[in-house]
Amino acid sequence: MHIPDGFLDVKTAATTTGLALIGVGWAVRRVRKTLPPRKVPLLGLAAAFVFAAQMLNFPVAGGTSGHLVGGVLAAVLLGPSAGLLVLTSVLIVQCLLFADGGILALGANIFNMGIVGSAGAYGVYWLVRRAARGLRGQLAAAAFASWCSVVLASLSCASQLAFSGTARWTIACPTMCGIHMVIGVGEAVITTLVLAAVAATRPELLRDEARPAEGAGHGGLIVYGVLIATGLALFISPFASPWPDGLERVAENLGFLGKAVEEPLVPAPIPDYAFPSLGSPVAATALAGAVGTAMMFVFSFFLARLVSPRRAHDAHHPTGMQDHAPRLP
Amino acid sequence: MHHDFLDRHARLESPVHRLPPRVKLAAAMSLLFTIILIPAAHAAWFGLIAVGLLAIAAMSRVPPGFLLRRLLLMGPFVLGVAILSLFQPGGEAIFLRLLARGTLCLLTVLVLASTTPFSEILRVLRSLRAPSILVTTLALMYRYVFVLVDEAQRMNRARASRTFGRGRSRLWRTRASVIGQLFVRSTERAERIFAAMSARGWRT
Repeated sequence: MHIPDGFLDVKTAATTTGLALIGVGWAVRRVRKTLPPRKVPLLGLAAAFVFAAQMLNFPVAGGTSGHLVGGVLAAVLLGPSAGLLVLTSVLIVQCLLFADGGILALGANIFNMGIVGSAGAYGVYWLVRRAARGLRGQLAAAAFASWCSVVLASLSCASQLAFSGTARWTIACPTMCGIHMVIGVGEAVITTLVLAAVAATRPELLRDEARPAEGAGHGGLIVYGVLIATGLALFISPFASPWPDGLERVAENLGFLGKAVEEPLVPAPIPDYAFPSLGSPVAATALAGAVGTAMMFVFSFFLARLVSPRRAHDAHHPTGMQDHAPRLP
Repeated sequence: MHHDFLDRHARLESPVHRLPPRVKLAAAMSLLFTIILIPAAHAAWFGLIAVGLLAIAAMSRVPPGFLLRRLLLMGPFVLGVAILSLFQPGGEAIFLRLLARGTLCLLTVLVLASTTPFSEILRVLRSLRAPSILVTTLALMYRYVFVLVDEAQRMNRARASRTFGRGRSRLWRTRASVIGQLFVRSTERAERIFAAMSARGWRT
């Protein structure tokens, strides 16, 4: 999801850089105030950890493989502000040393994967966490938040590409979100498995009720929420206008659509994504998204149940790894 | 394990490597802006910039094969985003323009990355008054990324030599437990590092 250089125009790059600067600035302030000095080296190590974890491949079907992104993992383990700093560092290194994600697009990438995908998704985690208690609830919240993290980041990325005139919103949004709704399931499974593994060996690293996570606090979440809302409103609102003319007019005004050509709003590449029986393709796409989200919400709790370490067995197998091994006669 | 997979050729001897990092960073940024701002009608400029970049790359004595490999490694991502642009009126022209822009920008960053050591970039960031906690994080990350990647591979190898391949879900579980363990070890290492840093008089 790293946007390379050359795909964003100047206005989008400047706006996202501004938003990213505000978000990271806030995170720096927050961390400086709340993080005890002995935890400062942990930020660097956690950034290296996320980087190393991204290099471990998980085999998916047919020779392809995926890897962790780690936005929610970092936020849950360190708190949203520290998590945002960690993700920012990872993105800076990937951009400057691997050319993975552009320099001018760095602000956009920090906004998408750091502010939306880490701090914003932590808000989702926090909300679900309030309703569901215990380790299982925590894992379910993390699973759902990880999925939301990937999908929301891709939505934000698509909106910036469309706003730059690189791709049409009606193509970019369903394509990117559709693909990432699938990728997000993998991210949710990996994040949950990793958190369960940490809970099995060092549960005190996960216990978040006892110590309010560094830099969490409602104030912090509100700032990130306002930033995300501003960004999404800026980039998506030109396309979400209820009048059919609005989109074309804005496009003409900004001069990034050559000429309006009549085209079906949701094209062939992913016909399954829209419910065909509904009249408006936009409503159909929205409904498909809502159904997918609801399904993922239920699946999160199922997943948490599946992977949470079983206390009864822990006495015999302290690692928590042996539970599912078939017993030999 | 290759300990130079990050900025492998950043410490070669060449006129490009000797340039002050601040100048190189500024030049790269302005070149990137130029590439983005060139109107589509002036396609010849893309060729000119490409020739210039290749000349700089040749002067820097970074092996061309290395640059090409990195370019091909990142190429699919550029291509993937560019394909989205095909589905719109006049898409082919936009697609070609994006491809040219994306590749040129990629080459610019690659040349910058393989002629400037990361520690020099950090020094520039510090002199630009970047928040010290961010620079410290970046510096520590750069220092320990090699250590942690090594550690992850060691744990993976240990795991692979002890367990038989028994299906995908098993593999996912063990991989995830390697990552979890890696985090636990990172926090422990961070505590040791803090003790060592305090013993040497470090202050935030």
